[in-house]
Amino acid sequence: MSAAIDSQSSASPATPAASLPVAEGIKTTGRVTVDNPIICARGVNVYYDDKHALRDVSIDIGRNEVLAMIGPSGCGKSTFLRTINRMNDTIPGARVTGQMVMEGQNIYDRRQDVVQLRARVGMVFQKPNPFPKTIYENVAYGPRIHGLAANRAELDEIVHTSLRRAGLWEEVKERLAQPGTGLSGGQQQRLCIARAIAVDPEVILMDEPCSALDPIATARIEDLIDELRESYAIVIVTHSMQQAARVSQRTAYFHLGDLIEVGETDRIFTNPRHKLTEDYITGRFG
Amino acid sequence: MSRTAADTRVLVEKSLRRRYRAERRFRIYGIVSVFVGVAFVLFLFSTIVGQGITAFRQAHITLDVHYDAAALGLDDSSDPALLATANYPAVVRNALRDIFPEAEGRVASRALGALVSVSASHELQRRLEADPSLLGSRERLRFLASADVDQLLKGGIDRTLPEQARPLSDQQIAWVDALTARGQLGLAFNKGFLSQGDSREPEQAGVLGALKGSLYTLVITLLLSFPMGVAAAIYLEEFAPRNRWTDLVEVNINNLAAVPSIVFGLLGLALFLNVFGMPRSAPLVGGLVLSLLTLPTIIIASRAAIKAVPPSIREAALGMGASRLQMVSDHVLPLAMPGVLTGTIIGMARALGETAPLLMIGMVAFIVDPPRGFTDPATVLPVQIYLWADSPERAFVERTSAAIMVLLAFLIVMNAAAVVLRSRFERRW
Amino acid sequence: MSFSASLLLLLALIALGYWVGRSRSLQLVGGAGGIRRLHSLPSYYGILAALWCGLPALLVLALWAGFQDSFISRLVAAGAPAEVLAAGPAHVGLFMNDVRNLLAGSIASESASEAVRAAAGHYIQLRGIARMALTGLLVVIVIVGLAFARARIAPDYRARNAVESVLEKLLLACSTLAVFVTVGIFLSVIYESVLFFRQVPVHEFLFGTTWSPQTAMRADQVGSSGSFGAVPLFVGTAMISGIAMLIAVPVGLLSAIYLAEYATRRFRSWAKPLLEVLAGIPTVVYGFFAALTIGPALRGIGESVGLDVASESALAAGLVMGIMIIPFVSSLADDMITAVPQSLRDGAYALGATRSETIKQVVLRAALPGIVGGVLLAVSRAVGETMIVVMAAGLAANLTANPFEAVTTVTVQIVTLLTGDQEFDSPKTLAAFALGLVLFILTLGLNFLALHIVRKYREQYE
Ligand SMILES: Nc1ncnc2c1ncn2[C@@H]1O[C@H](COP(=O)(O)OP(=O)(O)OP(=O)(O)O)[C@@H](O)[C@H]1O
Ligand SMILES: [Mg+2]
Repeated sequence: MSAAIDSQSSASPATPAASLPVAEGIKTTGRVTVDNPIICARGVNVYYDDKHALRDVSIDIGRNEVLAMIGPSGCGKSTFLRTINRMNDTIPGARVTGQMVMEGQNIYDRRQDVVQLRARVGMVFQKPNPFPKTIYENVAYGPRIHGLAANRAELDEIVHTSLRRAGLWEEVKERLAQPGTGLSGGQQQRLCIARAIAVDPEVILMDEPCSALDPIATARIEDLIDELRESYAIVIVTHSMQQAARVSQRTAYFHLGDLIEVGETDRIFTNPRHKLTEDYITGRFG
Repeated sequence: MSRTAADTRVLVEKSLRRRYRAERRFRIYGIVSVFVGVAFVLFLFSTIVGQGITAFRQAHITLDVHYDAAALGLDDSSDPALLATANYPAVVRNALRDIFPEAEGRVASRALGALVSVSASHELQRRLEADPSLLGSRERLRFLASADVDQLLKGGIDRTLPEQARPLSDQQIAWVDALTARGQLGLAFNKGFLSQGDSREPEQAGVLGALKGSLYTLVITLLLSFPMGVAAAIYLEEFAPRNRWTDLVEVNINNLAAVPSIVFGLLGLALFLNVFGMPRSAPLVGGLVLSLLTLPTIIIASRAAIKAVPPSIREAALGMGASRLQMVSDHVLPLAMPGVLTGTIIGMARALGETAPLLMIGMVAFIVDPPRGFTDPATVLPVQIYLWADSPERAFVERTSAAIMVLLAFLIVMNAAAVVLRSRFERRW
Repeated sequence: MSFSASLLLLLALIALGYWVGRSRSLQLVGGAGGIRRLHSLPSYYGILAALWCGLPALLVLALWAGFQDSFISRLVAAGAPAEVLAAGPAHVGLFMNDVRNLLAGSIASESASEAVRAAAGHYIQLRGIARMALTGLLVVIVIVGLAFARARIAPDYRARNAVESVLEKLLLACSTLAVFVTVGIFLSVIYESVLFFRQVPVHEFLFGTTWSPQTAMRADQVGSSGSFGAVPLFVGTAMISGIAMLIAVPVGLLSAIYLAEYATRRFRSWAKPLLEVLAGIPTVVYGFFAALTIGPALRGIGESVGLDVASESALAAGLVMGIMIIPFVSSLADDMITAVPQSLRDGAYALGATRSETIKQVVLRAALPGIVGGVLLAVSRAVGETMIVVMAAGLAANLTANPFEAVTTVTVQIVTLLTGDQEFDSPKTLAAFALGLVLFILTLGLNFLALHIVRKYREQYE
């Protein structure tokens, strides 16, 4: 409830397509900007009460790319992810400073409606958390509250497409009226993805979406992420470097609240420039 | 160290007998305590049922009545004013005298008439008013016997007592026996107990008025305390910032839950009756007072139920772009509902059994007609019990116990509903 | 138009408001296909419009309902005949009572005096005017609200946020109600008590040893007779609560221990609910039982051993009250005992302590603060219990320490003073509020202390 608002930011009339300038003296190694970003984080700091959980993070999120965030436990990956759709607002005592600009508009601006923001930036959580309602209702919930369907037929259509794109349609088409909590873990996670894409967001945030799943279910989700990249920007937190290497185009490495290094995934894994990144990737700690 | 391990063992073994005796004693205290409580429950229930069960049957007398114009002192049955003042008790007495011609004279005749409830005359009047053509005809009707006859049949009056010490004379007892032998007097299901209001005559007194009063009162209580209690719980769990004010509210609610109910009655009297000028004895005011009384119960239960909804559901909803209020109304509240309803039912059960605060706002008056609205003077079931318990007549003891049985039956049903609700919808996450 | 009719009208108007708001929003974006261009769902625009016209109107209606009668009564009373007005406020009150009874139909019109009938006519006339004015006012408010809503609604107007902020404030208001109830109780008893203490000095009330409010018959005696000494009531309350606690604490505690530490699952599963039944039985039932079964039984027992036990004795009331409180003590004690961590028990067992030794020396000692808190709550229950004592303890204000005699309590006296015919502002009625104030402060203090102790205890083991 206490996210601080940076006042100067909304005044900056950046054109949607261009990245914002990055402050001098930034500590992050590698290029943090992309050519056609959808979201630009600039100098983001997050505090939990007195704890400084994230320090001066600046990074762009590009369209149609998968950005992987890696780093040891407690380094602030989830924290950063949750600043992108302001889920930190729900944590008492959490404060955010700096700018998080989505298409020219600072999302921490006073005028930003968080509900609209979250409709544009969807989220998939670590543990599958379907609503204890039917499969249909799970997917239909977002379109309903955002008024995306004018009638029942349109809603049916949205549910159908979303489930198909999440690769779940064939498995559940006969049991749409059954509770979503009755699915297997992997199916539940795909249901959550279907639920997220049903509102047609621009960005999807995924916080360790496969950590509760077996390798086969994980492989299906990874395929799915690859397909979804066609239409969405995806930010994924993962503890598996293989997964990061498989699904992402860019990778960001966090360490104790700092964004240490950003770069093309291939380069990061083959040729890390920062000592900490190298140590982490080669398994010396973490 | 002068003591060896062997010494220690001997010492321990010596003390063991004493210690095990203490252990056994302690255990027995525990068992006895549990049984004291359980025995009291059983004792109370068996006493109440034993005393009250008889009230569901009532002595009835079957008589051949003659709507005799002379006895009624009525020549014209079409005049309602005359009908209202006709001498119906004479008709009843004559019907009895037909059976017992020996009952000559005023005194004997009155003693004979006293076997039948005064409601018999009202019954005759009602019938004649409904159908004036009955005048002069005869018919066989069943009347309530008087409370004393009823008690005699049920064994509540000791026949062996000296005549002056009991409410019925030897002669009356002989008549009762004769009527019983003729099959004209006996116990039958007491319909009136559940279908009539209060009365000064025990045999006519019923709980319908009190039941309706309780119903109207509880409707108000529910309508006020449920939405407000749930709203308060939602606010405190989902919206309230952690600060001194919330702490104060919280401490306050817990304290309020333990304030004696009679104090709420004082509030009702001073505020609702004296300041707002609301009507005395009305279910409306009773419901207002009881809703303040049940509010803390409902808030506390609802908060517990809301707290039990896992945070992942909230995150999922917020992550979908639901507002906080949508999150609550679409997800949290439906999931918490069984717990909320359970708490509400328990609160309502408590309100149903509450007496003291209602005495303060005048719901303790003697009221014959069942209420027909929220502002009609009324009483409630527990207050009816209190009023009857105060009545000196022996026959009211039975009624009181029966009224308690009715009250307990409602409470048992409500609590059972709460238990079923809790076990049916209990979720494990 | 009566209030219920006004309410119905208002609800209909609010529904209209919803419909206007909703259809206006849809109309602005050209029908259902354009919903995406609205900031919020159309229903939010509807609710917003309904709130704009409904909330102020409901507020007006509630205020009106609260004050109309007393306002009109005052107007009518002012027009009462001169001799009534001259005779003082008490007579005006009686006069108004007659008027009200006549209006309610509880006295026949023929039996009322000319003046009363005239006043009743005046009342009806004023009431008619008031109701018409109310209806007009409500309609105007709704129309203004609707016009405002129609003008405000635009596709990018944040209707959902507006609706939610209103609803959140309503939730907040509901949550603070509890505080207002407490304040309300406090103010209402304080107000009447102050009136009482103007007539009877505080020290006389708190320390006087004679309680006989009924004897203050003569006007010159009122308040100065010294018959409002509440000490006998305090002593009676203390004695009965004491007897109750003597029963409830050991029995409740021991049964909680037995059920928590010794009983088999099967035994526990039926004994515990049976004990809890005791908590669900209405107190009026206990009262009836104490007065009709326990009281006479104790008297009989007393006779057989040569003791003189009154049929309404402190003992009978205390005994039954103690039974009533057993489940209260036992369930609180159960909570406290199960909150003691297993590791503490294991420590004692590992030293070779027997079960009862572990319980007495470790578990109970650890749970002591919690149990003390629970017992304090139980005391507050006993002090405030009304029906059992009203029915079984008697009315005589004896200052005695003999539990076989009849005593009276604070709650009994509140009930006796306030039931039956009462005139307001007499010291008799006011005394009840003074007693209520004592009771409220005492129980609030006990609860506060007890809850504080219990919470501290819980935090210790979390
Ligand atoms: N609600 C909170 N309140 C206080 N501190 C928090 C909160 N959430 C996270 N933190 C702290 O912020 C830091 C970053 O936490 P975060 O959850 O972002 O780590 P993470 O990188 O996601 O770790 P993991 O890989 O284990 O999920 C940690 O030190 C954590 O203790
Ligand atoms: Mg994390």
